[in-house]
Amino acid sequence: MEKIHLEFDVDGRNFVSAGTATAKVKACLKEMGINPDDVKRVAIAMYEGEINMVIHANGGKALVDIYVDKVVVKLIDTGKGIADINLAMKPGYSTASDDIRQLGFGAGMGLPNMKKHSDECIVESEVGKGTTVTLITNLH
Amino acid sequence: MTVNQLAELLNANKLNIANGEKEVATGYAGDLLSFVMGRAPEDSAWFTIMTNVNILAVATLTDVAVVVVCEGATVDESIIEKAKQQEINLIKTEYDVFNAIKRYLDET
Repeated sequence: MEKIHLEFDVDGRNFVSAGTATAKVKACLKEMGINPDDVKRVAIAMYEGEINMVIHANGGKALVDIYVDKVVVKLIDTGKGIADINLAMKPGYSTASDDIRQLGFGAGMGLPNMKKHSDECIVESEVGKGTTVTLITNLH
Repeated sequence: MTVNQLAELLNANKLNIANGEKEVATGYAGDLLSFVMGRAPEDSAWFTIMTNVNILAVATLTDVAVVVVCEGATVDESIIEKAKQQEINLIKTEYDVFNAIKRYLDET
């Protein structure tokens, strides 16, 4: 099978459409008959990433490549970047505002959840330039 | 127990019923969406007091059978409309989360 490539624009500060890209990817993986547990892991990790882009980075791009044995999700934003990636990876650490917390996010679970629900989670960031998160999930 | 039966048991307002005959396999309670997303089992009844639009995204991702909004929390018309479009079962009860779950467990 050739790889399948999907691209989405993630709309910043728009909580109404947040999750749209993930829902589409989930439907696509499901239709391909991929193991439901793997589909769920990809969806959770990607949704957290999408929400992060909406909260912190005024949106960005989500690039998804589906291979026979893995799914690679690349979330690219040109937001303010992450000053201390190790700190951001720490469960419970959050820079989200109270508004965001009231929506049920901003508990410092985003990046930890992405790491937990993927086989490889690579965070590259430069302050003032943006962040790219690559999530690789092996398929079973 | 089906979604319709659960709604009846909780004297719930059926804000949107896409499939009332869907079986509720188990339950999950939580308001922190990052937690719910990773933990709510498929086909469960999800008990929450959250009513913002993201509950629908989480419901879709987790494939829960029904979202049960507790404590009579106000659900915006736009969210009900979106639940219709996305075919998500969404009900609302006056019971708090603890008592809603107690009623469910007493019947299962």
